[in-house]
Amino acid sequence: MGRESSVTMDTVHTCFKDKVGEVMLPGDVFSFAVSAEEDGVVKVEKLVCGPGLRRNGEEILVCKSGILRRKAPNLYWIDSQQKRYVPAKGECVIGIVTAKSGDIFKVDVGGSEQASLSYLAFEGATKRNRPNVQVGDLVYSQFIIANKDMEPELVCIDSCGRANGMGVFGADGLLFKVSLGLVRRLLAPQSEIVKDLEKIFPFEMVVGMNGRVWVKAKTIQQTLIVANLLESCENMTAQQRQTLFRRVAEGSL
Amino acid sequence: MKMEQSVCEPVCTVLREYACEQNILSKPDGSASFKQGDTSVLAGVYGPAEVKVNKEIYDRATLEVVIQPKVGMQSVRERAREQCVRETCEAALLSTLHPRSSLTLVLQVVHDDGSLLSCCLNAACMALMDAGLPMSRLFCGVTCAIDAESQIITDPTAQQEKECRALMTFAIDAKDRNVMMSSTRGSFSVEEE
Repeated sequence: MGRESSVTMDTVHTCFKDKVGEVMLPGDVFSFAVSAEEDGVVKVEKLVCGPGLRRNGEEILVCKSGILRRKAPNLYWIDSQQKRYVPAKGECVIGIVTAKSGDIFKVDVGGSEQASLSYLAFEGATKRNRPNVQVGDLVYSQFIIANKDMEPELVCIDSCGRANGMGVFGADGLLFKVSLGLVRRLLAPQSEIVKDLEKIFPFEMVVGMNGRVWVKAKTIQQTLIVANLLESCENMTAQQRQTLFRRVAEGSL
Repeated sequence: MKMEQSVCEPVCTVLREYACEQNILSKPDGSASFKQGDTSVLAGVYGPAEVKVNKEIYDRATLEVVIQPKVGMQSVRERAREQCVRETCEAALLSTLHPRSSLTLVLQVVHDDGSLLSCCLNAACMALMDAGLPMSRLFCGVTCAIDAESQIITDPTAQQEKECRALMTFAIDAKDRNVMMSSTRGSFSVEEE
């Protein structure tokens, strides 16, 4: 997701470690002067900058406001809240097909420009066997090219040529938009929100990293309830969320 | 510029009560409301979004600022303010990270009781931060008025602005305290500035 730039500097970790968990603002700078130690040896450490941090020569500049987080041993990033998605390579997103032109589909992913999806990038697709994709369909796909200088490109197969859960979906159900922070919480390995929601009634859910979520339950009413609950989870603490889910579970039974 | 004999010290650097709230609107990617006393401005930011081909810049984001007055249509006064806000935001944003995209900043004047341009600058900075756009620095806006007795008043109300002989608005960088933009009206000496 973030740009990696390994920086070799002296006493980097001590400066950063002090600030982990603190709120940082754009303009905060970590500058390190490489100074020789007493015995003439300069300690060299590698540091990986994630999203929100940029290298500026000998300095590291904070460019987004948020909380500084760390993943051992040397990865640091700024945890910030955003609604707008910026395409990044390797992320799986939900896109809406807007146009078919020649050999590619134009897909809207919610970024600054539309992404292109080749019709050969589906499992089992050949020049004669075209995939059944219409304008307005939802596709779950992955970015293979996503940088600021080029048009983003999507594929619906992985590196082995298998679909792996990607492709066209969503015959029924509801697609809605949430913030990127909530999406990251939903996609976490042991997500509390998903576990609590499963207890109310069964449903299908597809979560795209561009903030789009698709849900489908047995009836339309249940689908709407799940959608509303997910949208409201944004600003609630765990306690408030569990109380709300319990009330809904009792009400619907 | 009239030459004055005496150099005056700022008598009071008291700012009016200010309040700020972020993420108040659901549709824009970032929004903020900034109040200085009775002056209140609402800001909304959209971006990075699609840009029209005739407006796109190949290596930077295109920033558009729109200031809507409380009543009536936009006039030359709003256009001048838009220019000031746009220059300050361009200097603070890292627009090279989003080439061929558009960033739109819409400012709505809810109430004007003096120091409007600095309130717009503050609301703009808060909204850009709320949208998560990469910035190289934060900035703030402050207005000073010099009245007939050569006293410097900071954050003047509309009444004080009408009676003063010079009005200055500065956008100041939060990190190094440098002046990023200045907009002045009236007559004053170099020392006073």
